[in-house]
Amino acid sequence: MSAPNKSYDPVEVEALKPEEIERMRDAALAAIAAAGDLDALAHVKTAHTGGASPLALANREIGALPPQAKAEAGKRVGQARGAVNKALAGRQAELEAERDARVLVEEAVDVTLPHDRRPAGARHPLTTLSERIEDIFVAMGYEVAEGPEVESEWFNFDALNISVDNPVRSEQDTFFVQGADGTEDSGVVLRTHTSGVQIRSLLDREPPVYVIAPGRVYRSDELDATHTPVFMQVELLAVDEGLTMADLKGTLDHMVVSLFGEGMKTRLRPNHFPFTEPSAEMDMVCYVCRGDSVGNPDRPCRTCSSEGWIELGGCGMVNPKVLVACGVDPRKYSGFAFGFGIERMLMFRHSVEDMRDIVEGDVRFTLPFGMEI
Amino acid sequence: MRAPLSWLREYVELPAGETGRDVQAKLISAGLEVETVEQLGAGLKGPLVVGKVLTIEELEGFKKPIRFCTVDVGDANGTGEPQEIVCGARNFAVGDKVVVVLPGAVLPGDFQIAARKTYGKTSHGMICSGEELGMGDDGSHGIIVLPPEHEAGTDAIELLELVDEVLDIAVTPDRGYALSLRGVAREAAIAYGVSLRDPALIDVPAPNAFGYPVKVADPVGCDRFTARTVTGLDPEARSPIWLQRRLQKVGMRPISLAVDITNYVMFELGQPLHAYDRSRLDGPIGVRRALPGEKLTTLDDVERTLDPEDLVITDNSGAIGLAGVMGGANTEIAAPATDPETGAVSGTTEIVIEAAHFAPVAIARAARRHKLASEASKRFERGSDPLATSAAAQRAVDLLTGLAGGTADAGVTEVVSPSAPRTVSMAADHPDRVAGTEYGRETVVRRLQEIGCDVYGSDELIVTVPSWRPDLAFPNDLAEEVIRLEGYETLPSTLPRPPAGRGLTASQRLRRRVGRALAGAGYVEAPSYPFVGAEVFDHFGLDADDPRRRTVIVANPLSDTEPGLRTTLLPGLLATLRRNLGRGAHDLALFETGLVFRPTGDETVPPRLPVDRRPTDEEIARLQEALPGQPRRVGVVLSGARERAGWWGAGAPATWADAVEAGRTVAREAGVELIVRQDQHAPYHPGRCAALYAVVDGAETLVGNAGELHPRVTKALGLPERTCAMELDLDQVERAGGARPTGPRVSTFPVATQDVALVVDTAVPAADVERALREGAGELLESLRLFDIFTGEQIGEGRKSLAYALRFRAPDRTLTADETTAAREAAVAAAHASTGAVLRGA
Ligand SMILES: [Zn+2]
Repeated sequence: MSAPNKSYDPVEVEALKPEEIERMRDAALAAIAAAGDLDALAHVKTAHTGGASPLALANREIGALPPQAKAEAGKRVGQARGAVNKALAGRQAELEAERDARVLVEEAVDVTLPHDRRPAGARHPLTTLSERIEDIFVAMGYEVAEGPEVESEWFNFDALNISVDNPVRSEQDTFFVQGADGTEDSGVVLRTHTSGVQIRSLLDREPPVYVIAPGRVYRSDELDATHTPVFMQVELLAVDEGLTMADLKGTLDHMVVSLFGEGMKTRLRPNHFPFTEPSAEMDMVCYVCRGDSVGNPDRPCRTCSSEGWIELGGCGMVNPKVLVACGVDPRKYSGFAFGFGIERMLMFRHSVEDMRDIVEGDVRFTLPFGMEI
Repeated sequence: MRAPLSWLREYVELPAGETGRDVQAKLISAGLEVETVEQLGAGLKGPLVVGKVLTIEELEGFKKPIRFCTVDVGDANGTGEPQEIVCGARNFAVGDKVVVVLPGAVLPGDFQIAARKTYGKTSHGMICSGEELGMGDDGSHGIIVLPPEHEAGTDAIELLELVDEVLDIAVTPDRGYALSLRGVAREAAIAYGVSLRDPALIDVPAPNAFGYPVKVADPVGCDRFTARTVTGLDPEARSPIWLQRRLQKVGMRPISLAVDITNYVMFELGQPLHAYDRSRLDGPIGVRRALPGEKLTTLDDVERTLDPEDLVITDNSGAIGLAGVMGGANTEIAAPATDPETGAVSGTTEIVIEAAHFAPVAIARAARRHKLASEASKRFERGSDPLATSAAAQRAVDLLTGLAGGTADAGVTEVVSPSAPRTVSMAADHPDRVAGTEYGRETVVRRLQEIGCDVYGSDELIVTVPSWRPDLAFPNDLAEEVIRLEGYETLPSTLPRPPAGRGLTASQRLRRRVGRALAGAGYVEAPSYPFVGAEVFDHFGLDADDPRRRTVIVANPLSDTEPGLRTTLLPGLLATLRRNLGRGAHDLALFETGLVFRPTGDETVPPRLPVDRRPTDEEIARLQEALPGQPRRVGVVLSGARERAGWWGAGAPATWADAVEAGRTVAREAGVELIVRQDQHAPYHPGRCAALYAVVDGAETLVGNAGELHPRVTKALGLPERTCAMELDLDQVERAGGARPTGPRVSTFPVATQDVALVVDTAVPAADVERALREGAGELLESLRLFDIFTGEQIGEGRKSLAYALRFRAPDRTLTADETTAAREAAVAAAHASTGAVLRGA
């Protein structure tokens, strides 16, 4: 920058003439308006606002003016530069917006493309349905009890008042474990129900006992559309003072409402089991037709064969003999129990028609069930 | 048990118009499981009449013999003229009474009868067989020939009781009395609130000393034996139609009058009878246990070797019957035989009737032992009514004398071991307390009386149970009777209030997390059957003494080739994998959690513990010692692509690394960091097998394996090459975990990143290098990650370069360059010291 020169006449400085400044400003504005893209605008910016631009040069000359002329010249040049910068910023914004719009359009993709890079997994519906049932009872305060699948006959049969002469203790129904010396009388079986877990629970705990025992059980049936030799069962046992059949009924009602929705209910029919007395067969209202198919041949129901009820399993009041075998005083305590197969429940809850689909592990069967049921 | 409604009505006055379905509903709610109601003669429409065969003309020239008959049908055809009928059956002669269906009638199965031309004649109707009338099998396979006394023209629908309803009842093992019309009628009477005409309430003569001699040597097995004799029977006498029809309706085939009568009485009263041809009995009838090796040929012509526990009926010749199960062939009632010369009919003319009560367990065991379930054994093993023997014998005597012209012998034998009536004492409000509702004493007493009990007492009831209800022994048994008769449907619905629970156990929660984590990682759960055979272990290439070959053996397996229980989850998972592949799937990842069964080798036969008390802790321990180890495992198998190729680029095949990662995924859910080591372990590829360790109770413990399967194994199992697997002991992993993490202090000072490339021998496991780096780097190391492996000429033969990114950070300050460098150098030095690693390019 030049040093001030007092003898210098501003009028003599060509670059600071008002018309000259106007011309420089207009030239810059025209160039800015004419810049077609951001690169061109960058060039324009350098040419009209850079250190070597006419306005910058003119600005530099102000210092040489006498003090009385400086203010006016400075104001004039400042206004011109302000207008140019403003136009520049405006054009910059315009061009960036144009570019962005264009680029984003160019970057567009087909979001409907599939992305099955990692195949999905799923949990088996028998597991998730069992968990679902467990959760219903856990929420009520029950514990989930478990036990061995290879079980001694005392736990699986004797303690449950199933005498040695009961036909279920035959090879037609029960898998027997071979003894160490090859004998059949090892006293050990593949459990035929999870009732052994109930016995273990009664031996482990002081009443009150409220447990639910889910698990795998075994019966010597061939696999077909409705039978499987290995299946999942859920059994429940409650032993407390003053438990009644009405409590059993209420508990069953609560379960079917939880699993199938409001309005569901159960029905008990007399039956006989060695481990319960009184004993009952438990049915639930057909959740598909809600009983509307009964006597209504126009609207038959496949789920319940138009019976209106679906058989769930067995239940009853714990036979006092069972309590005695577990050291529980039947004069003080009573209990109720029930049990049913998860496969069957899965079949009618989810319209599964063939047992084999449940047990064969075909991923096409399992995948739609996802993580929870 | 099949109960015809018409028969039932003989003992119970059911409301007129009450259908089988109505009765079914009533009985079901009272606890008799009436499974079906069979409609006999449904759709049947007459005219169906008795006809008398007048003439028979044999028609010649057809493939099978055909008869053109004229039959007198009385006025049933409207003209009284003989009816012309063509018939293919041959078991009738001129003069026989037959059943004729006339044009316009409809037989069961919507079979419309009309006059039709056939075999060159016009047949105006049909002569009927039992089958065509829906009567069931009568054994003749021909047309029905009626006894001669029935008039031509009589309505046969009524005569043959063709229209009826039969209740089919599934009787539970505790209610043997319901295996009789008497028992079903009792339930029906209670259900309808009407009185029962008990067919067992008949006059019987007092026992005396001159009946057929009977000696019971085993009064425990047989506490009651009634014998009656009938002589002078007409061997030609046939069972009347009503008797035959009732037997057919309950599902029995009419055989001969004497046998039909014993069966009839059994269905009527529930008391099985046996009839002996007296002329074939040798001396007194005895009851004893069989002798070792003793043989008996039963009525089904099978020679059986008896068991010393079997209860047998004997005479001087030895065993003549398997008591309560089946009679012997040598004293069987002779079927009537006609002498071809004289036409005289010979057969049994003197019969000894046995009506006994046998111990249920003895009969059940014998029936099972000899695989001989008979109608008799079915009733005895459920407990027959011991007080019904004399009435049942009397019923048989009455029928034999009435229908076969016999004479009842005055001798009446009754061998009885005295027993007191059984009583149960029960608080009057016990049923209320069991049910959870209030019936009141009056109702309780009334219901118990209805089922045949005598009831005394006020607050404490003394209940004498009826002889036909051996199942009623405890207060709860009586409570059940009251509750079922009042109706299970009247029970209120209440909820008990369990004490506050503690939710799932840690182990149960872990199992759910593991399932979700694996499913989230793309695995599909596939529980499999636990049955295995030796073959799969051969395919696995297991050594002869590999402990996995030692399986728990099922004595009665479904398949003889798979008698064992799994000792590892892999056989089942791989079989499921193969099944999926066989069905066209690929890119599979499966998992399973479940028990495996590992014999301890120390299993003992558990003691036979009593059930009248709690077993001692020591006894429980001995029960436990009888069981194999049953640890819970989790396993995965993978084949095909782990990541698929697609528009995004290349895919990635499932590899050993995915299998190891699955192990880490499981361990992570338990809060456990797995220690991975190189291993060689069948069925894995010897160079691609990882041993998975965890610190359990302070000690590094092998908890599983993972890797790629051996190529020989995949070939033997028919699986794709490079199939991978992983299996972990979930119980052990759970024990290794469970530490509660402490919340980390999150430093907000800047991170300093340093990369190092270390060259080591190829054989040095990366895990060792990493462990050394971590130890050497000290506390400032925030994280460390292997980001590249390089081999090649620049590195040298048998060497590899491992490139790590190290991130350092201090909790309280910005690290200086010197601090970071020092830490890195310490890390490298430690790696050098323990693995010989040198900085690449150094
Ligand atoms: Zn339905």
